[in-house]
Parts: sequence; structure tokens; C-alpha cells
Amino acid sequence: MTVALGAPLDQILALLCAWVAIGAVGLVRPASLKIAGRTLFPLGAVCGVAIAAIAAIAATHLSQLPERLELPIGLPALPMHLRLDALSATFLVLLGAASAGISLFGAGYFRVGQGTPPGLLCFEYHLFLASMGFVLLADDAYSFMVAWETMALSSYFLVTSQHRIGEIRRAGFLYLLIAHLGALAILLCFGVLQGGSWRFTFDAMRAAHLSAGWAAAAFLLALAGFGTKAGLVPLHVWLPEAHPAAPSPVSALMSGVMLKIAIYGMLRVAFDLLHGLPGWWGLVPVGLGLFSALYGIVFAAAQTDMKRLLAYSSIENVGILFTGLGLAMVFRGAAMPTVAALALIAVLYHALNHAFMKSLLFLGTGSVLHSTGERNLGRLGGLIHRMPWVAWLTLVGALAIAGLPPLNGFVSEWLLLQAFLHANEVPYPFVDMLLPLGAGMVALVGALAGYVMVKFYGVVFLGQPREPSLARAHDAGRTERAGLAWLALGCVALGLLPATIVPALGAVASSLGVGALPARGGPWWMLAPLGPQSISYAPPIFAGTVIAGVLLTVLVVRLAYRRPVRRAPPWACGAGPLTGRTQDTAEGFGQPIRHFFTPWFAMRRHLPTPFDTAPRYSVEIGDRIWRALYEPLAGWVDRGAAACAVFQRGRISTYLLYALATLCLLLALVI
Amino acid sequence: MGQTPFVMQLLDTLAALLLLLSFAMLAQRRVATLVELFALQGGVLCAATLLLAWRTGEENLLLSAALTFGVKVLALPWLLRRMIRRLGVYWDTDPLLNIPGTMLVGVLIVVFSFGLAQPISALASTATRSAIGIAVAVILLAFLTMITRRKAMSQVVGFLSMENGLFFGAMSATYGMPMVVELGVALDVLVAMLVLGVFFFQIREQFDSLDLDRLESHQGGR
Amino acid sequence: MRPIDWLTQVLEVVAALAVAPLFQGWVNQCRAWLQNRRAPPLWQVYRGIRKLFHKDAVIATNASPLFRVAPYVVFATMLTAAAVIPSMGTRLPFSPAADAIALVGLFATARMFLALAAMDVGTPFGTLGARREMMVGFLAEPALLMVIFVAALISSTTALPSISERLATGPLVLSPSLAFTGVAFTMVLLAENGRLPIDNPATHLELTMIHEAMLLEYSARHLALMEFASALKLMNYACIGFALFVPWGSATGAAGPFALAAAIPALAVKLLVAGAALALIETASAKLRVFRAPEFLATAFLFAVLGMLVHLLLGA
Repeated sequence: MTVALGAPLDQILALLCAWVAIGAVGLVRPASLKIAGRTLFPLGAVCGVAIAAIAAIAATHLSQLPERLELPIGLPALPMHLRLDALSATFLVLLGAASAGISLFGAGYFRVGQGTPPGLLCFEYHLFLASMGFVLLADDAYSFMVAWETMALSSYFLVTSQHRIGEIRRAGFLYLLIAHLGALAILLCFGVLQGGSWRFTFDAMRAAHLSAGWAAAAFLLALAGFGTKAGLVPLHVWLPEAHPAAPSPVSALMSGVMLKIAIYGMLRVAFDLLHGLPGWWGLVPVGLGLFSALYGIVFAAAQTDMKRLLAYSSIENVGILFTGLGLAMVFRGAAMPTVAALALIAVLYHALNHAFMKSLLFLGTGSVLHSTGERNLGRLGGLIHRMPWVAWLTLVGALAIAGLPPLNGFVSEWLLLQAFLHANEVPYPFVDMLLPLGAGMVALVGALAGYVMVKFYGVVFLGQPREPSLARAHDAGRTERAGLAWLALGCVALGLLPATIVPALGAVASSLGVGALPARGGPWWMLAPLGPQSISYAPPIFAGTVIAGVLLTVLVVRLAYRRPVRRAPPWACGAGPLTGRTQDTAEGFGQPIRHFFTPWFAMRRHLPTPFDTAPRYSVEIGDRIWRALYEPLAGWVDRGAAACAVFQRGRISTYLLYALATLCLLLALVI
Repeated sequence: MGQTPFVMQLLDTLAALLLLLSFAMLAQRRVATLVELFALQGGVLCAATLLLAWRTGEENLLLSAALTFGVKVLALPWLLRRMIRRLGVYWDTDPLLNIPGTMLVGVLIVVFSFGLAQPISALASTATRSAIGIAVAVILLAFLTMITRRKAMSQVVGFLSMENGLFFGAMSATYGMPMVVELGVALDVLVAMLVLGVFFFQIREQFDSLDLDRLESHQGGR
Repeated sequence: MRPIDWLTQVLEVVAALAVAPLFQGWVNQCRAWLQNRRAPPLWQVYRGIRKLFHKDAVIATNASPLFRVAPYVVFATMLTAAAVIPSMGTRLPFSPAADAIALVGLFATARMFLALAAMDVGTPFGTLGARREMMVGFLAEPALLMVIFVAALISSTTALPSISERLATGPLVLSPSLAFTGVAFTMVLLAENGRLPIDNPATHLELTMIHEAMLLEYSARHLALMEFASALKLMNYACIGFALFVPWGSATGAAGPFALAAAIPALAVKLLVAGAALALIETASAKLRVFRAPEFLATAFLFAVLGMLVHLLLGA
């Protein structure tokens, strides 16, 4: 352990406090954009990079981990326990690295406007970041819940920063409500996990022995709680409302980072705290995850608001993460440690990937929103000419999230599919046949992601502008570009260098006792998780070949056929000039998916009659789960509340009577 | 997976073809093609029976192969084709569920029947035990074909295909049913076909259509 | 790696480049014969490409750099794909760099660039073509992946050359599951290469076309590259089919130069037969309505899924 600078845990703790302090400085002059934008956000980004670096170094020096710390704050009998192990270090890298790009972008993004003043926003933002860090470090239920709730509250205030708009207030309320239901489930889960010892440190939970029934209860509670935060279907309804409502850097932070914190919680419970659960319980997250993935991506294809589209795509990715998590549990239960480790690595890798890709895309939409004031896909188009930087950097994110090699989305998809290919060796009847079909589902979701990204990118950046006002669009500023470039670089690096990252994630899997990969992988340029003689994928060579192919083709064509290029207006079939309105709309582009998955949508369509002189076509896409599950639920709650209103007499003496009665009852019960 | 003899590989392949044809029937909208697929299925079944007869030396399997060929490849398709011509039903209207949906249900049925057959196959001692799952799947898929169609004609083909599955199941589990039973079943099917044919003409005369929706409004007591 | 393996690798890519237009020409010839037309010469595709290279390129005024880059990217991905697929020998030096999943990813990359380029100019046909191409792709891609998975389960690897080698030399001669996947693969091949019954390569009738609609704005060398790439794609698909379903004849294992020399005529024979069969299928089928295309592809996908189930049941 280094003495001079303290242990990694101390350093990270200091940096998290620095985040809070940076936020607090913003409060000094809340209206000053200069302080918040020019100084504080870049400082936050530096902190992020530092945290990522320290955590990365710590994660590669496993002999020092896990490292513990007790802070004398908190409840009298329960001081604050902190712990840094391989799993939390991995997620700290994610938090630090992804938030660095977002903070950098945020430095140029926030403006003085209608909503929360920039200084206050800066405080909430950095508090949000720090609370996520504390969630990752927490080692007892109490500090975990405190950090978790701080995270929920600070993000709520960030979501409602434009609080004068009713829709956003509503989205924020929904978010807060469902977040608290989730938190309740997590609290109950910890209550079960302590297993009668009534000690709420995670160490006590690790040591507790639960019966199979209680273990299952704890697992389902954790699934409900963390699934709520992550946006697992059917607990996803808040996500497509809240993520688009927030300012874009906050959307990026929520989709890119906060969802991963929920995944971290689930991993922590499922693979570290909870013991004695039969492996086949992993089928629950696999089923829910696959359904969420398909559901999310199908709805993403039908969206017309670019941020909602991305929010639904986040649901898809969360689904994939849960699928991998469940798969790892099944394999672990079936005593297949190597494949279990592979599935877990796929989850961790995908979490890292998604943090970068989704943040990049959300920030890209933020730039578009800023320079055009439009979120509706039907009013965008052709922005690649006006904002080339944003367009080309966003293209990296779009290609990555569509799972195209050699970018990063492909790597985690590859790992997950390789894990799925061993699913037929699971020794449970029916499961050994159903589980391999999950590979088909993952493939289908991946292909649909490609569809959605072509729609997103094509409609926003390509084609002709759909509104005349788009001609005034301007490219993003320098700091914003830097933030986007940082994230795009992350996507490329994660795509090209998986062979150096996968062993580090393998160490996480083995530290959790899930299983270990074969000690000798391939060289740095070759990903061969199951040993060099087996399956392999070498992204640098692969990418090099494709790029060399492109350059060679360019060279040959240039040398052999040097003919000039002329520009001419596109052929319009003699029917006058092509305008922005002659292109496909976003609705039109999603039509095949809507047609194919018709029963999934609650669609309301308005078709014009042939005799309409000013025909208008409109389609409204509703969420069936909202109508089938949440509306009746809300109805019951309303009716229940109305029933309780009987007690609400409005007279102070009645209320005092209630208090007296309660007091007497409690005294009688306790004594 | 050990070294499987070539004949058994061929038999497995034929079993898979049987299943493939069942799925093709499930995905087919045209009644005429449905009949051809049924004839083809009969042919594959006949080939499988012959192969098994040659492999095991059971002579009554030869007989049932001949029976299959006569009834399911020649007689029934001929009858059906004639009926289609005379009734003029070449197309089924849209099935109750769209085709991908039907097929998805079909895949789930296959998973179910394969899972069901795993323990049975472990008990069976015959050479073709792995084919039991396929036989069950063919039967259930034929059921599904019948459920999702509107036209009486395609339902009859579904019914006949179910009989194919039963036959194949019996063959792979116990090398065929006793001869008497087999003859009886074949005769039953033929007679049933004839009776149904008469029915079709009656139904059409009554309702001007073979759409079974029309019958639904004539439930008893209304 | 022995020198002969490198030779095989180079030979495969060069052969794919040289033969792909001829293969397309052969399919066109067979189609013409079957339809009682006079067949164009075998090298007609070459002639077309050569003619296009000698023309001035015209590009729409509002085309972005993406539009100009796309043909090169699409062409290069197809060339890389040709390096992954074992058409003559199974000891390819490039094969550890990309397995069959990466190959499917390559096809997806090409598709995505094609679709994005088609949307770039913002003409109605371009976006329509892009939308339909993605509609075909979202079911064809998983179907192809499932086909490959069945073969991967049989041979317990996802590296295409190893799959091909194990299928060619393994104990199994007939795999029932491959019957299903064979049907699925044929359907995917038809759909992905813009063939009947999904798309008609011979028509420029606007409302029914997919692939041609996306290329409408291209001209000269860019169009030539796109046409060449689509010929390469057809060739690549055919070679994937050979690798999975008729792996016999190509040089397997530590085969020497004679086996490689024998693999060349074997590939030629396979291509001749496959081209004729493709023409026969196309002539015998009618084009589906565009709305029916997802149904067709969903059927392909589910057939591949069934193939996997049959494999799991029968263990073969």
C-alpha cells in the first residue's frame, strides 16, 4: 500500500468529496454561467478521469483488494462502511470515464434560461455524480440506501430543471414515485438478506445462511428494486418519460451511468451477497431481460421523438444486461464456471460499452436540440451539412450501438452469443432447449437495433432539412466537441482493445467466485476468452483489413479511372424540385416494424378520407403495459385513497383523537 | 455423440423432413399446395417405413409402407385434389393468426414436445427412439394447423397430417401398430374422407361457402 | 502458418474478385435460358462495370461525404468477407481474426452504410429503398446467424473454416438439422441478394424494388463499386452455403498444393450448379408483395430456429 498518497480507496473518497465541493462552489454564485461552465464542469471532468484512472489501477492490482474503510458517521451502532473491490472498481472506472466526457460536454451546454440556474444545476449534477460513487463504495445497507436515495433525489431535481413545463413536472413525479417504490423493494431485500442476524453490513449478509425460500424472496425483491431503477419491463414506464425530459447531459448521465449503477446493485446482490439460490432462478432475469430487450427496441423503432427513441433503446440494452446476468447465474448453478465467467464478462463489457455509446448519442441529440430547438424527428434532417462534427461523432455511437464490428457494441454481443452457444449443456430439461433460442432473440434484437439506428441517424442527420429554420443550425462548441470526441474515442478503444480489457473483467468474475477464464488468453490484439485454440476475434487486424481494403480500393480507383465528379440536383422524375417533405418521415420509416409487431402497440390512427382537401395522417403509439397494468393500479390507489378519506374529518380534535388511539394501541402492543 | 450408422442418420433426416413438411403446411395459405405437401409427407413417411423395414427385417412394416403409399400418397391426395377442383377452393382466406405468429406458437409446441419426449425416448429401446419427439411434434402441429384455418378443406388436411404423426410415432416407438389396427385406421381415414367429402358439398349447398365462420352462428339452441 | 495457407488466402480473395461478376453473369444466363430469352454473354456484368468506370461521376448537390465514402466501405467489407469465407481451403491465416459472427457483422455494416447512403440525398426512392432494405435485414440477419449457430453447435466452434472442416471430415454424413437450416439459408440468400421472391434484380419498376432504389442516385465509379459489391455479396453467400452444406472438395487440414489445385475445379462446379439452381428458383417463383416479405423472412428465421431444436433433440 502506498503511504504517501494513501490507499486507492482514500483517494477515490477524496475525489468523490471533491465532486461535492465543486458542486457547493457552484452554489456561491448560482446565476453565474462563467464559474459553473468554464471552471467547475471541466474540474468535475478532471475528477472523473482521476477516479477512473485510480480505479483502473486498483482493479489491475488485485492483491490490494478488497480494501475497507469505516467512517465514524451514520447511525450510532452502524458506522459507514466503505469497501473497494474488483466489481466496484470496474463500475467506478465506468462512472469516472463516462462522466468525464459528459461533464466536458456539459461545460459548454448549460445556458442561463427558464429553469434552474446554472450554479444550482452544477450542485445537483455533482451531487448526483458523487452519490453514484458512494453507492459503488457502500458496504452496508444503511450507507447504500442513503447514497441510493441521494442519487434518486438529485437526479429528480435534475430531471425537473425545466420545471415550468407541466409535462416535465409530470415525468419527474412519475420518476420519483417509481424510484421510491424501487427503493422500498431494495430496503426489504436487505431486510431479508441479513438473515436474522440484524446486522446490516454487507459482510454480515455474505455470512448469513438463508433458506431457499428466503433467498428467492430476496432475489425477487432485488430484481424488482434494481429492475425499477434500470427500467426492466414492466417496471420501465418512467424511463421513456424522465430521460427525455432532462437536459441532455443529464439524460446521458442517467441512461449511460445511472442505469449501470442499478446493474451494479443487481450484480452485487446476485453474485456477492446472496447465497443458496438455485441456479435456475437465473431464468427469471433471462426471460424478463429478453422480453425487455425486444420490447424496448420495437418501441424505439416506433418513436418520433429522438430522445424517447434513445430512452427506449436504453430499455433494450438493460434487457440485454439482465439476460447476460441471468445466464451467468444459470451457468454458475449448473457448475459451468468458465461459461458463467464469460456471460458475466459480457454483462460488464456491455455495461461499459453502453455507458459510452448511449452517453454519446444523448449528447449528440443535446447538440441538435440546442442548435435547432427541435426534438421531433419529423422536423429535423440534413444536419450533417450544418453540424459535421456532431454528425460524424454521433455516427460512431450509432454504428457502435447497432453492434457493428469493429466498434465496441459488437464485442459484448459477441461475448454474449458465445456464452449462449453453451446453453445447451445446461443440465435442466426444457431449459437446455429453450435457452439456446435466446441466442436467436439476441440476434433479432441486435438486427433491430441496426434498424433503429438507421432511422435515428438517417432522419436526423441525413437527407434534406424538413424545416427551413434548420438552415440556421450551427455546430457544437469546442468543449462540447471535446466531450463527444472523448466518448467516441472510448467506443473505438473498447472496440479495438477487448483483449486487454476482458482479462481485467475476468478477474472481477473470479473475485466474485463465479468462475475463471483460462489463464492464457491471446496476445493483446486477439480476443480469445476460452483459450487461443478456441474461438477468437482480433479487432485490430479486422479493422485494419477493412480500412486497408477501403484505402486500396480508393487508390486503385483513383489511379485507374481519374474522371471528374460533377454536382447536379437529384433527379425528381420530372415532378418539380424535391423538398424536405418528399422524404420518408420518421413514422414512415418505422412503419414496417409497426406493421410486423402490430399486436404489441396500442395504436390510434387517424386516416384521411380520399375526399379530404387538406389530408392529415396521424398515428399515436401507446404502451400496452401502461394501459393494462398501471392505469388500473392507479385507479385502485385512487379508490383506496378515497376510502381512507373517510377518516379525514378536517377537525383538529378528531385528529388528536386518532393520535391518542394510536398511542394507546402501540403501548398495549409493546408492553 | 458417438458414431451413428448411416441408416440411422438417414432415418433421422427423414424424421426431420417430416417435421419440416409439417411446418411448411403450417405456413401455407394455399389449399392446393397444402394437399401436395400432405402427399409429400406421406411419401417421406413411406420411405421412412421402408428404411426401417429393411433395417429391422420386420416384414409387416413392408406391408404398412405399401399401405401408406397407396392410401396417403395416391388415394387421399387424389380425392382431395378432385374435391378442390369441384369445389373451387384454391385459397384459404387469411388464417386466424398471422403466419409468423402461428409459426412461433409452432416452435413453442416443438420445444414442448421435444422436452416431453426426452424421458420417453430414454425408456424406449427401439432404434428410432429419438424420433418420438418429432412424432409428437407432428401431431401437435397438425392440431395447430387445424385450429388456425378457416376453411373446412384445410382442416381436413390438418386432420390427415395428424394421422401421419400418429403413424410415425407408433412406428418409431414399437416398430408399428399391429396390422389389424393399422388396416382399420387406414380404412377409417378413407371412409372419414369420403364422408367429409359428402359433407363439404352439403355445407356448400346450404351456405354457399366453406368458410367455417358461417357455421359458428348456427350453434345449438339459437 | 505455411506458405501454402497464405497462397490459399490470397487465391480466395483474388478468385472472389475475378469470379463474382462471372457468377452473376452465369445466373443471368441461366435465367435467360429458362425464360426462353437469348442470353447475354457471360462477361456482360464485367462489361457494365468497365463502362461505368469510364464515365464522369455525377453526384447530387446535397450529397454529404458519407454518400461518397459508402461505396468504398461497402466494397471493402465485401472483400474482407471474401477473406473470411473458406471457399477453397480451410486453413486461412485470416480466420482467427474474424469468426462467423464477425462475418454477419460485416454484412450488417455493409447494409447499414448502404441504407445510410441511400437516405443521404433525401429522395423519396432512396429512403424507401433504405427502409425496405432494413426491413429485410432485421429478420434476415438473425436468420443467418441462427443458421451459423446450428453449424457451430454441431462443430462446437464459430470459426467458419473450422466449421467447414469439421463438417467435411466429421463422422456425420447427414445432419437432419442441416435440412432445416439449408432451407432457411436459401431463403436468406434470396432475400439478402435482392432476388425473387423478395426483390427483382431485373426490374427498375419503382414501387417493387429495394436494392436498385437505394442505388438510384449513384453513377459511374460509385455505381460500379456498388454493383461489384453486390456481385461479391452473392458470391460470398454462395460460398458460405458451400462451406456449411457442401464442404466436400475444398482443401482441408494440412493439405498440400494438389488438394488446393483440386479445390479450384470443385469450387467451379459448385458455383455452376448453384447458379443454375438459383436461376431455377427465381424462375419458378413469383415476387411477393412487400408486406409479405417479413413473413417470408420470419419463416426463414423460424426454420433456422427449428433446425437448432432438431439438433438439440437428435444430437445431430
